Amino acid sequence: MQIYLPIAEVSVNAFLLLGLGGIVGVLSGMFGVGGGFLMTPLLFFIGIPPAVAVATEANQIVASSFSGVLAHLRRKTVDLKMGTVLLVGGLFGAAIGVQVFAMLRAMGQVDLLVKLSYVVFLGVIGGLMFFESLNAIRKTRKAGALPTRKKHNWIHALPFKMKFRTSGLYISVIPPLVVGVVVGVLAAIMGVGGGFVMVPAMIYLLGMPTKVVVGTSLFQIIFVTGFTTLMHATTNYTVDLMLALLLLIGGVIGAQIGARIGVKLKAEQLRILLAVMVLLVCGKLALDLLLQPSELYSLGTGGEH
Amino acid sequence: MMRWILLFIALALPAQAEVVVAGLSQNRVSINANFDGSEILIFGAVKREEPIPSEGGPLQVIITVAGPSVPITVRRKEKKYGIWINTDAVEVDEAPSFYSVATSGPFAEVISDIEDLRHRVSIPRAIRSVGAPMSVADAGSFTEALIRIRVKNDLYQVNENAVELDQDTLFDTSVALPANLTEGDYTTRIFLTRDGKVIDRYETVIFVKKVGLERFLFNLAHERPLIYGLLSLAIAIAAGWTASAVFRYLRS
Repeated sequence: MQIYLPIAEVSVNAFLLLGLGGIVGVLSGMFGVGGGFLMTPLLFFIGIPPAVAVATEANQIVASSFSGVLAHLRRKTVDLKMGTVLLVGGLFGAAIGVQVFAMLRAMGQVDLLVKLSYVVFLGVIGGLMFFESLNAIRKTRKAGALPTRKKHNWIHALPFKMKFRTSGLYISVIPPLVVGVVVGVLAAIMGVGGGFVMVPAMIYLLGMPTKVVVGTSLFQIIFVTGFTTLMHATTNYTVDLMLALLLLIGGVIGAQIGARIGVKLKAEQLRILLAVMVLLVCGKLALDLLLQPSELYSLGTGGEH
Repeated sequence: MMRWILLFIALALPAQAEVVVAGLSQNRVSINANFDGSEILIFGAVKREEPIPSEGGPLQVIITVAGPSVPITVRRKEKKYGIWINTDAVEVDEAPSFYSVATSGPFAEVISDIEDLRHRVSIPRAIRSVGAPMSVADAGSFTEALIRIRVKNDLYQVNENAVELDQDTLFDTSVALPANLTEGDYTTRIFLTRDGKVIDRYETVIFVKKVGLERFLFNLAHERPLIYGLLSLAIAIAAGWTASAVFRYLRS
């Protein structure tokens, strides 16, 4: 069934969109990532104009994250206090990110920068997570004991300590704030929720338990992407409600299924799966940059830089 | 009405021996939610006061349909520092969003180069590119690329021998408008030619408009962006909550 999208001004298959939304929704519920880093390139691929894809994707992430966070709230796996601290940093970072984005746009080559930052961040994070979780799995198999990851490093020496009961942490608020800012900046530049950066940062930098990380990340993503949606809708008029609706119907159902799969898997398995997925997307984007494209020319709307 | 006035003026002028009279199966295309492309039948006849001229080549018909023109930036990738990045860009001042040419014979035979230049009939002539930056030596390849990409997406079409011409008098063709159509006025032109020279032309407009839900959403997004944005968020939150509630109900 073909459907004409009023803002994107293209005709696409409705079931294809429902399916894409569903798959990304499952991943979102499982890993606590918004899925934007996966969905946005997919939307480009089926012919949605990039500006519309990025803006609409933000709206869809709001829906699937909200659906996912409700499931996690009932399970009490959301650290609201930590989420709020991250959010404060995140909104501050997003404001900086928008300025950086505008600056890069004026200099040209913003596309390249976005792609390069995707490859670098996805590659580094995916790689680190993959090897870490592989080691963790090996250790548990050999010793049969849980690996101790609560090391006391420099992070514990910082001032302004705060108790995060759900996460079982007593740490300074500075690291979560910094993580929030960095994620906010990246989110604005790369046009994603930033979950794939935040989840590993929470696990490895802050030392939060994996189960809590997912819900907390989703909680923070709702607000950041909600803010982004409003910004895009009021400044660029690029949110396509019809497209968003189709994607989020699939997305919210997927997120529920994903959240249930997530609790059945072991933390290490969850991490290694996310790592593999991140690496796959990274590889695909890297190939696009390295191999000669079949069409060297591309069309853009006139007047932009 | 306008058409009849034009016809009257055309008839009042004595110089023209052959005049084109034409019609469309529809002059309004409505884009609704399940719009899946549209086919428009363009037909007409050649009106004559005298018998068909015996000297000169056969009568030919060219029909063009052009969507609204907008400026377009064409970028080219080049390998630099080991990766493919956009380097040169050329601004094409005016390129129709859709362009279709149908002829009653091979293109080179139906219209001469000079007439093509004057009436801007062929695809390269329908695109207006004033100047490329000094740094780009081969600006031509950018317009070629624009045409190549649009032809691949069925947005630019050349259909030679697609116009049926019956007894040098009646003609018809159909133009397939693709599903990813943009809104606007689509100019339809019909040319009568003999020996590559245009002897008469006729022009009309097909109005392409969004209707119903499409129209409502488009207007809301542009006229009340804040409400539209909040509506999007409300729908997202409601959908998220509904899914969560339904799944909880299913499990209990």
